[in-house]
Amino acid sequence: MNKGLAIGNNKVNLLPFSGWMVVFVLVPIALVVYYAFTDVDGFTLENLKWVGTYGKTLWLSVVLAFYATAICLLLAYPIAYSMSRASARVQRNATLIIMLPMWMNFLVRTYAWMTLLEDTGLINSALRAIFGMDFPGLRLINNHGAIVLGMVYNYLPYMILPIYTSMTKIGTSLIEAARDLGANGAQVLGRVILPLSVPGIISGITMVFIPSISTFIISKILGGGKDYLIGDLIEDYFLGNSGVVNYNIGAALSLTIMVMILAATFIMNHFDKDASTSGGGVI
Amino acid sequence: MKKLLKVYNVLIGLFLYAPIFVIVFFSFNSGSSRASFEGFSLQWYAELFEDQLILKSLYYSVIIAVLSALIATVIGTLAAIGINALKGWKKSAYLAVNNIPVVNPDIVTAISMMILFVFVLGKFNSMEMGFGTLLIAHITFNIPYVVLSVLPKLRGMDPNIYYAALDLGCPPLKSFVKVVIPQIMPGIISGLIMAFTLSLDDFVISYFNSGSTFQTLPITIYSMTKKPYNLKLNALSTILFAVVLALMLIVNLKKPKKAERKP
Repeated sequence: MNKGLAIGNNKVNLLPFSGWMVVFVLVPIALVVYYAFTDVDGFTLENLKWVGTYGKTLWLSVVLAFYATAICLLLAYPIAYSMSRASARVQRNATLIIMLPMWMNFLVRTYAWMTLLEDTGLINSALRAIFGMDFPGLRLINNHGAIVLGMVYNYLPYMILPIYTSMTKIGTSLIEAARDLGANGAQVLGRVILPLSVPGIISGITMVFIPSISTFIISKILGGGKDYLIGDLIEDYFLGNSGVVNYNIGAALSLTIMVMILAATFIMNHFDKDASTSGGGVI
Repeated sequence: MKKLLKVYNVLIGLFLYAPIFVIVFFSFNSGSSRASFEGFSLQWYAELFEDQLILKSLYYSVIIAVLSALIATVIGTLAAIGINALKGWKKSAYLAVNNIPVVNPDIVTAISMMILFVFVLGKFNSMEMGFGTLLIAHITFNIPYVVLSVLPKLRGMDPNIYYAALDLGCPPLKSFVKVVIPQIMPGIISGLIMAFTLSLDDFVISYFNSGSTFQTLPITIYSMTKKPYNLKLNALSTILFAVVLALMLIVNLKKPKKAERKP
């Protein structure tokens, strides 16, 4: 590119943005850090020690988010692939079909899953009607599986769409060339399509893992409220739903999530050297 | 293999739409149970339109979404023009700051702003969270998406068109409005639409920053789900879903000719 596009006074263009982001993004994050390391008496590490006592909750959040992300990836990949190979019309309609459920309020959709999964719910009733017997051992709700299902359901589109976008960028000619050179189906998939869809996979993983690890509603509705996740803890400490309001511990927990996500992003960027050149920007 | 893939796609479709069917189906329930269907009726639709709380919060949601999307689009478009003209570390720094609300989990963005609002409002005893804090919060998480959707359009634009207009004697502001804006309009529009929908749909950030007097629709829905579940919510969701579906179909039917063109 030759000369960049400079319009008017660039400082003036950036001023509202800079001012807004400093006051409403950077200052609040600085406040989170400040609250995490202080209490009424000043500097302290007590809040972080508190976070340590929630080790089990943190671990559960990471594990469930990991499962949800892995399942989303496995479910999304074949869909994204078949979409990217379809005609323009089918591609457009498929995108629409995938996006459409996201327009329904996610709380209402999650409650609908409750209707499907609970002991007297639709799935259990259907099984009872088909087999003429009860399945007392079959618990579909109020367990970790149900929480993961809720996450997978809510965030699957965020995995499908970026992978699909990255696959549409792979030209048909490239795949034909691989075939002409003697690659079989598995080789085309493993050595051409998979490597070229890495940017999409990375952005899909990020877009599923981050909301999964920080959710606080899905665990309440589908997990029966007995399994706290880190998001539930933060909610409680800030809104005092369980009787205690403590911004400092809440801030320390939030800081922990931020650091974990930062670390995860850092590790993933390591795998994806092309992401910066291909522009990312898949939303 | 192809057949298998087709079956698989249909199964995923069923998975995505199973809850939607449940919601629509039970919105016509004559009983009040979320899980056992007693008979067909439209009573929940009738009750929905008498529920002042729901209607009011829908109205509030739309106001917040329109205002925050418009303000974020102005700030974000200007910022995208500014960032596009930057180079090197300055550009990276601006983009990094822009990405913070995108990458941060919603709950962290939410509580960080809540801390700020509580801190500042604590200095003025009479004020509490409400319209103002909610609008600020929504603008904040909308701006980055506008920037991200306008930037690629600016990058793809030939700057010489703008300089040509200047050379031909068109004043800068007029050149900007007549030459640059039309070029980047698709990015601005998609940013605006994205901001509007994100704002309309937001629950987490509003939940922590709305206070008790000014509640948007997702907040009202949440408070209603905590009481015995009310099928009015199904009726409401069904209507909203039908509206979106209709809009999408209209948009989709209108543009096939253009979209068929390969880049």
